[in-house]
Amino acid sequence: METTINASGLQKSFGRTRALDGLDLTVNRGEVHGFLGPNGSGKTTTIRILLGLLRADGGSATLLGGDPWRDATTLHRRLAYVPGDVTLWPNLTGGEVIDMLGRMRGGLNRQRRNELLERFDLDPKKKGRAYSKGNKQKVGLVAALASDVELLILDEPTSGLDPLMEEVFQQCIEEERERGRTVLLSSHILAEVEALCDRVTIIRLGRAVETGTLAEMRHLTRTSITADLAGPPDGLSTLAGVHDLRVDGSRVRCEVDTDKLDAALRQLTSVGVRSLVSQPPTLEELFLRHYQDDLTGRGNHVRAAVSS
Amino acid sequence: MTGLAGTGSLVRLALRRDRVMLAVWILIFIVTAAGSASATVGLYGTPESRMQAAASINNSPSLVALYGLIYDESSVGALSMIKLGAFGGALVAVFAILLMIRHTRAEEEAGRLELVGSAVVGRHAPLAAALIVTAGANLALGLLTALGLIGSGLPASGSFAFGLAWASVGIAFAAVAAVVAQVTESARAATGMAMAVLGVAYVFRAVGDTAADRGAGWLRWLSPIGWGQQVRPYQGDRWWVLLLPAAFFVVVTAAAYALVERRDHGAGLLPDRPGPATAGRSLGGPFGLAWRLHRGALFGWAAGFVLLGLVFGNVASNVGDFLDSPGARDLIQKLGGVQGLTDAFMSTELGMIGVIASAYGVQVVMRLRSEESELRAEPVLATRVGRLSWAWSHLAIALLGTTILLIGAGLGAGLTYAAQTGHNGDFWRVLTAALVRLPAAWVIAGIAMAAFGLAPRAVIAGWAALVAFLLLGEFGPLFELDQWVMNVSPYAHVPRLPGGDLSATPLVWLAAVAAVLIAAGLTGFRRRDIPVT
Repeated sequence: METTINASGLQKSFGRTRALDGLDLTVNRGEVHGFLGPNGSGKTTTIRILLGLLRADGGSATLLGGDPWRDATTLHRRLAYVPGDVTLWPNLTGGEVIDMLGRMRGGLNRQRRNELLERFDLDPKKKGRAYSKGNKQKVGLVAALASDVELLILDEPTSGLDPLMEEVFQQCIEEERERGRTVLLSSHILAEVEALCDRVTIIRLGRAVETGTLAEMRHLTRTSITADLAGPPDGLSTLAGVHDLRVDGSRVRCEVDTDKLDAALRQLTSVGVRSLVSQPPTLEELFLRHYQDDLTGRGNHVRAAVSS
Repeated sequence: MTGLAGTGSLVRLALRRDRVMLAVWILIFIVTAAGSASATVGLYGTPESRMQAAASINNSPSLVALYGLIYDESSVGALSMIKLGAFGGALVAVFAILLMIRHTRAEEEAGRLELVGSAVVGRHAPLAAALIVTAGANLALGLLTALGLIGSGLPASGSFAFGLAWASVGIAFAAVAAVVAQVTESARAATGMAMAVLGVAYVFRAVGDTAADRGAGWLRWLSPIGWGQQVRPYQGDRWWVLLLPAAFFVVVTAAAYALVERRDHGAGLLPDRPGPATAGRSLGGPFGLAWRLHRGALFGWAAGFVLLGLVFGNVASNVGDFLDSPGARDLIQKLGGVQGLTDAFMSTELGMIGVIASAYGVQVVMRLRSEESELRAEPVLATRVGRLSWAWSHLAIALLGTTILLIGAGLGAGLTYAAQTGHNGDFWRVLTAALVRLPAAWVIAGIAMAAFGLAPRAVIAGWAALVAFLLLGEFGPLFELDQWVMNVSPYAHVPRLPGGDLSATPLVWLAAVAAVLIAAGLTGFRRRDIPVT
């Protein structure tokens, strides 16, 4: 499979703050790739390196087959970018900004532009300073989505959008996927990534800690099971892959490694199952598992990495 | 909750944020005033020497326009402070305006006031806090300056009169800034409007002083800067004049409070009209964008420069008429006749205009930095727009804009001047004299550009250089600095036209220095990270 973005071992420090510490990221052509991490984990820094705005201290990156730093302007014809915090010129209208950015990228699909304005319910006649945060974000999104480009780089694009607009955004990304465009979607909204993305990279402290399809990742997580049994749950506690077992008479609750689910269920049915509730692992659990450990220790290490 | 609840906390917050800046700023004023006082006391020990110096100022319309009149020619204090009275007062006003806007409209525009406003803070508290901080800072500046002047050997009463006169100018313009901060929606526009009022006040005073003999003296009573001068420190100390700025402050801040009642948070009084839904043809690249961002301000500046030129050209052509006494006629002959005198006047005024044009250039270059740090550069640079063309889009406006401004001032001055003398040649002489200021202005813009490319956090160097060169030119001779120190300033190399010799060599050198600085800035910008915060 062709890769659109290929970064390996990216390093970037700001003063004494290490923002990226050997980051790897591969985005295949035509996929919607989720780039997941909490605030300050290095998502924006990575994206700015891919856009040739920052120069990496170490490691290598290719974007659409070129060098993001050296070939910046030629590569930029083929991509559109929405920053996490869209700031507009106070005295330009939203419509003007959309058209201008489109022309600077090398073309705008006018029909699609008007259609998107309608769908996002955006008034293009307002001046930049008059828009709310969500509406500023919409200006950036319409400008990017209406451009004829191969790659969309979206940095937390839905911050400030209401749930209705979040829905519209997800539809739009689905359509982009059908058109065969590649999307790099940085986010910390797990439901969004779960709904949209083919593959996900989770980053923490400037390093990719997990990458793969959601199915692959689910494999690494636990399913939670609540069962009402006919008798005492013998032998369950000694079974490999069963965690957090709590027994309350005939009621049993536990977490089971997803690849050990088969054996655990066999054990339960041998006792006799009266009722069973099983919850599949969510991305949230996976995410929390990676972060819970060091929520306290995170502090200074990464604070300046993003959002700066 | 009362309208003023939380004012105290906001005052403390402002003082906490600005403690270093306020201290440095106030210190610069004290040191400048006390320094020029002790230098003058040393230089002009005898009443005769003071009379002679004061007479030569009072008899030079160019100096009167720039600094004002000396009413008691034997007063050492009046002579010491002549350059700082009106001119320094205007700088105090700049300080007050920037401080007020910083704590009112700029905070509101950045959304921080909203955060504060949602806490227990009354509707009137932000404005009250800003006024307290600004007025307090100006009073501190005035009183400490008075102490500094007394320490330099000037009489106590006059020193307090001078310090309070300075403070009164600052406080009057704090009130002006309080009003414009309610009217506009952007801090940039508010600052621009307040500065325009300051410029008009300065011109009123200048015209009032130069044409006082011909019945225009009342004009200076329309100007807070004029009031400050009319306190006449060291020359009778007319304390009652301070009632004028005090009354002005009360009335104008009351107006500002009335405006606060009439508008919504975040909005100005001048509402935003909806604009076009699609971009015009010109808005398709970095140059179109830069033009769009700068054009309004450039038109305003250009109009102001033409106006300044018209006023100065008109005043200059009358300079000879001002001086009727036989003594003055002698002085004129020594200075090279009426022609020499008007030329000297024109040259001085055009020098000031050149400095103001440099300020425009610096401001435009600084826009690159604010576009970067407010993250508006990023989406543009993520398109096929290259770094160099983006940087050039603003730089070109800085360079061409200063050219347009100086042409405007030269046209205005040349037309009125030539119309009154009847010599067409005078038009070209004055226009040329305006244009020779250009390369020095470019050097200042180049310094700002070099800082932007190489050390973006220190981009304020552009303003610092401008102020330093201005002070060097004004006060270098007084402090008897070596010529090589004075030569650091690009303005020192500008031919003194009209009247002097036009020599191309220094102009070519200045242009070359500007080119090197710009090239260094662009090279640095191509290589560095964006955004640097």
